[in-house]
Amino acid sequence: MTRPGRFRSALASGMFTVTAEIGPPRGADAEVIRRKVQPLRDWVAAVNITDNQSAVVRLASWAGSLLTLAIGVEPIMQLTCRDRNRIALQSDLLSAAAMGIPNILIMTGDHPRFGDHADAKPVFDLDSVQLLWAARTMRDDGRLLSGRVLDPPPDWFIGAVENPSAPPVNFRAARLGKKVAAGAQFVQTQFVFDVPAFARFMAQVRDLGLAERCHILAGVGPITSPRALSHLQHVVPGVHIPHEVVRRLLAVPADRFADEGLKLCAETICQLRQVPGVAGVHIMAVGHEHRVPEILAEAGLGRTPLAATGPGGADDAR
Amino acid sequence: MIERSDRLPPRPARLAGAPPQPVSPRLPARLLYRLHRLLAPNAGYRRLAAVLTAHPWLSRLFTAGERHVKEAIFGCRMCGQCAIPFTGYACPMTCPKQLRNGPCGGVGLDGSCEVYPESRCVWLLAVERADSEGKGPDLLRLHRPIDHRRLGQSAWISYWQGTDDGLCTDDDALATPAVINPAALLGHK
Repeated sequence: MTRPGRFRSALASGMFTVTAEIGPPRGADAEVIRRKVQPLRDWVAAVNITDNQSAVVRLASWAGSLLTLAIGVEPIMQLTCRDRNRIALQSDLLSAAAMGIPNILIMTGDHPRFGDHADAKPVFDLDSVQLLWAARTMRDDGRLLSGRVLDPPPDWFIGAVENPSAPPVNFRAARLGKKVAAGAQFVQTQFVFDVPAFARFMAQVRDLGLAERCHILAGVGPITSPRALSHLQHVVPGVHIPHEVVRRLLAVPADRFADEGLKLCAETICQLRQVPGVAGVHIMAVGHEHRVPEILAEAGLGRTPLAATGPGGADDAR
Repeated sequence: MIERSDRLPPRPARLAGAPPQPVSPRLPARLLYRLHRLLAPNAGYRRLAAVLTAHPWLSRLFTAGERHVKEAIFGCRMCGQCAIPFTGYACPMTCPKQLRNGPCGGVGLDGSCEVYPESRCVWLLAVERADSEGKGPDLLRLHRPIDHRRLGQSAWISYWQGTDDGLCTDDDALATPAVINPAALLGHK
């Protein structure tokens, strides 16, 4: 059984909550995780550990989550539907609970075709809504998909993802509604670079009454080089970067590109704080995790008072 | 890493076991919503289903016919658990990730499929087609995990027999939480 974590308590308290994300290494080195997580510890409520992101093989998200937990930082274990059938997924979820991982984030996952094993079998036995639903059933009903009883049942804070900028844009809030109906308690979005478009999505989310039922963290991240910009535009699926943003970044000299990218990210965070219903931000600075504190300081967000919201804090409406 | 612009070599449209690829239905949504009424379960269809299941060779013949029709119109892959009455008659099993509850986050800005950029996302088609016929609320139903043992079976016979009734929830399940595994619960009190 896991205790209510800092992340969950922070969201329940209503404070603007920050999470970050790290990509585990390709290699058998645990030190990499510690090195990436350490600079974040006083700044964020929890750290996402990705599950073989972009369908490229890396250290597993459960292992990364345990390493993170061991140095006193709360992990959010990502779990995709791409590589495991319902037996393995439920087993991994159960294991996560038994090992004290308090937060899980469930998503469909990138198709293997664009990863380093394009010849792999895509599994997708369950979709993300079904896996959220299965996780909630395991926790709240104490049962597996087979109907068998779990004793004791697991207890995690269950999260989902959504991409507000991907077509069909007007269906995205409704799709989030399906995830909330299935069991999502928090959601982290794909990169937001177009704040007005995101605000329109949030208006729909509020109209559906989802902002009260689910904590919404907007995804942000610094674009630190022309190569990173091109990667986000052409390789990462479903990321939309408006022309103004591209023009602004390309207008600065090459040696100031990274600084401008960080500044832009901080400005985006400030704008997102003004959007009603936004509970916090999720910073995806994969490869530049050490610069997350700079971004937060620039955005006027101080260190997270972790001591004030320790384990056993306020619970939120489940 | 493969560049996203790379295309896979073309292959025959109806190769058994080929990976799923988005298919745009070859008949308009309005016509299909009407045709569906012709298949609605009644005493006659239930009797037909009983006869078919009693004679395996007849059932095989019938299923082969169903397969040809649905393959030609929807790119049917015979999952045996038809979701299309609730998805604007665009088949979600032709999605490369076989998502039955809506589009993934990788849909291109132009509406292209993440995996096959030359095809439109099948969920985009589903939303457009359902909305155009006033069936948008159907898209909010939660679809339960499919039973892989039923691959290749006739969905029409299941429909007439009522075995398909729990494939998805009756509504958006936001007001009252829905049970994911009602059949399994019966076996494990």
